[in-house]
Amino acid sequence: MDDIKEVVLEYVKAEYAEDEDEVTYDTPLISGGLVDSFSMVSLKRFLETKYKISIPDDKATPEAFDSVNKIVQLVKEFQK
Amino acid sequence: MSNIGSYDQRIKGFSWSIAEKELDYQQDGDINIGWYCSDRICRQGKGDKLALIWQGATGNEKRYTYNDVRRASNTIAKYLVDLGIHPGDRVCLFMDKIPELYIGLVGILKSGAVAQPLFSAFGDEALLLRLKDAQTSAIITQRKHAGKVRNILSQLPCLEHVIIVDYDGKKPLQEREKAFSLEDMPPVEDFESYPAKAETHSMLHYTSGTTGQPKGVKHVHDSLVSQYLTTKWVLDLRDDDIYWCTADPGWVTGTSYGVIGPWSLGVTQCVTDIGFSADNWYAFIEKQRITVWYSAPTAIRSLMKAGDEVVKKYDLSSLRHLVSVGEPLNPEAVVWSQKVYGKPFHDSYWQTETGSIMISNYPGMEIKPGSMGKPFPGITAAILDPINYEPISEPGVVGLIAFQPDWPARMRTYWNNEATFQNKFRNGWYLPGDRGRLDKDGYFWFVGRDDDIINTAGHLVSPFEVESALLEHPAVAESAVVAKPDEINMEVVKAFVALKPGFAASDDLELNIMNFIRKKLSPLAMPQEIEFVDSLPKTRSGKIMRRLLHAREWGEAIGDTSTLEDNE
Repeated sequence: MDDIKEVVLEYVKAEYAEDEDEVTYDTPLISGGLVDSFSMVSLKRFLETKYKISIPDDKATPEAFDSVNKIVQLVKEFQK
Repeated sequence: MSNIGSYDQRIKGFSWSIAEKELDYQQDGDINIGWYCSDRICRQGKGDKLALIWQGATGNEKRYTYNDVRRASNTIAKYLVDLGIHPGDRVCLFMDKIPELYIGLVGILKSGAVAQPLFSAFGDEALLLRLKDAQTSAIITQRKHAGKVRNILSQLPCLEHVIIVDYDGKKPLQEREKAFSLEDMPPVEDFESYPAKAETHSMLHYTSGTTGQPKGVKHVHDSLVSQYLTTKWVLDLRDDDIYWCTADPGWVTGTSYGVIGPWSLGVTQCVTDIGFSADNWYAFIEKQRITVWYSAPTAIRSLMKAGDEVVKKYDLSSLRHLVSVGEPLNPEAVVWSQKVYGKPFHDSYWQTETGSIMISNYPGMEIKPGSMGKPFPGITAAILDPINYEPISEPGVVGLIAFQPDWPARMRTYWNNEATFQNKFRNGWYLPGDRGRLDKDGYFWFVGRDDDIINTAGHLVSPFEVESALLEHPAVAESAVVAKPDEINMEVVKAFVALKPGFAASDDLELNIMNFIRKKLSPLAMPQEIEFVDSLPKTRSGKIMRRLLHAREWGEAIGDTSTLEDNE
């Protein structure tokens, strides 16, 4: 769990954060404007590739992707 | 009664002088848009009225009266003049939807400089192309976006000033950077706005071209006349309205109707920097008591997808008029909005080049769901035969949407590209590049683009620009980019990629290429799907046949393949 959290947090920081953005596990990613709906597609693709899962489109909602913690929950749900 | 009253009456004997009279504008007089959006409203006795209610992503709020906007825009204008910015110099706005973006636009116009707004999600390459083409003198930005400017600064000798509006002193300013804080600067009470005339250059918006790099669309201060009246008659804004335009001022809707239209009418508008979710948006409408809402089909379809139940959680009874723009609004969305909000969305049609709304559904006029509506009074619109460019009078026949080029907000040229500008005209008509049809009642119906440009979520993406960027990826040998149908965004970018020897297709490589384009150009331009192919279909002369790939994606007939390379 912690490992997934760290991996996702580092990926979000590296790929989506601008110079001055501070990102924590609870930072609102979608509602905070850090990740837009188009970029969410690449984030979803990263999770699917990295964790060998398939996230159905109806589960890949802005709410489900809105923080690192929520993303981790989503990944775990589909790892089962 | 709506502002427009009877559409049929308005089109009789229409003259733009209606707007000029309301604006107290005399032919050959001064018409500085920045002055009209601030000083003039204060002179009308509305200085204490709220001009802007801004809500940040964390719910924090800032409020500005028209007097605040007048003084703050004076402060920005004077700062630019003191820096040595001259009338006609291009000043780029590269910011998220923060107050400085809106007030900065007014300030730039008051100084006589040309405002060049750019979408803050643009990557290095997209930013470089546009700043280089415009020979931009100054850019106003935020700390979080300054890194992109630093990456390209060495290639921009004309860019003398990088103005950072939220500098916090934690890191030293770098080459050409200056700190500017509206809150810390002494407010400038009096500033003599530049005496702009009707044909004085005001805005430079960039739009995508099908075969070339992005084109700078030159607008002039006279555009105010169209923007004022279309705001009044299409958006139906009144003195007591609370207005929300969801568009980002990095795009033309966000300036024409997110700044100029409402503020030239002295209306209170709300802006939020919060990301999209149905709950966020409905909560914003409920909290701010929004009355007029101008949004886009992609957002409306996303709200439809979120469902009817979430609507019931909020009090949206303040809404009285809903308008949409950006791409065709599907009939289901019109019907759905009537069902859940008790009001239909009114579709409107225009583009960066037209500067103001050209065809629309008006309050009080019967809506045919799925139709763009009827031409704005004073606009002569037609469907042209694509062969001889003569108007088609027969209803239902598909042709090219066209306008007589005689409205105030029309573009005056493409920056440094007069030849492409001239190529937009045929037989005396301006062609926006879209196909449509007319019905027996005079309603226009959108059919599709007449070129390869991709309309994704209401934003145009050039396949050429994406293909050029793809070729810079070390693994890509060649590529073709087309539109792919999408339930929410209407179209998204799809890339067909042939790899260089030594590279193998994989999920990791696909993601790597997607992110490469996202950061280089923008999230909008990022292919949502990449299909790896051994080779691309080409003509015998070697030109990639995007048309075949597009037809395959849309399930259309492939058509003539006689020029296909291996069609022996």
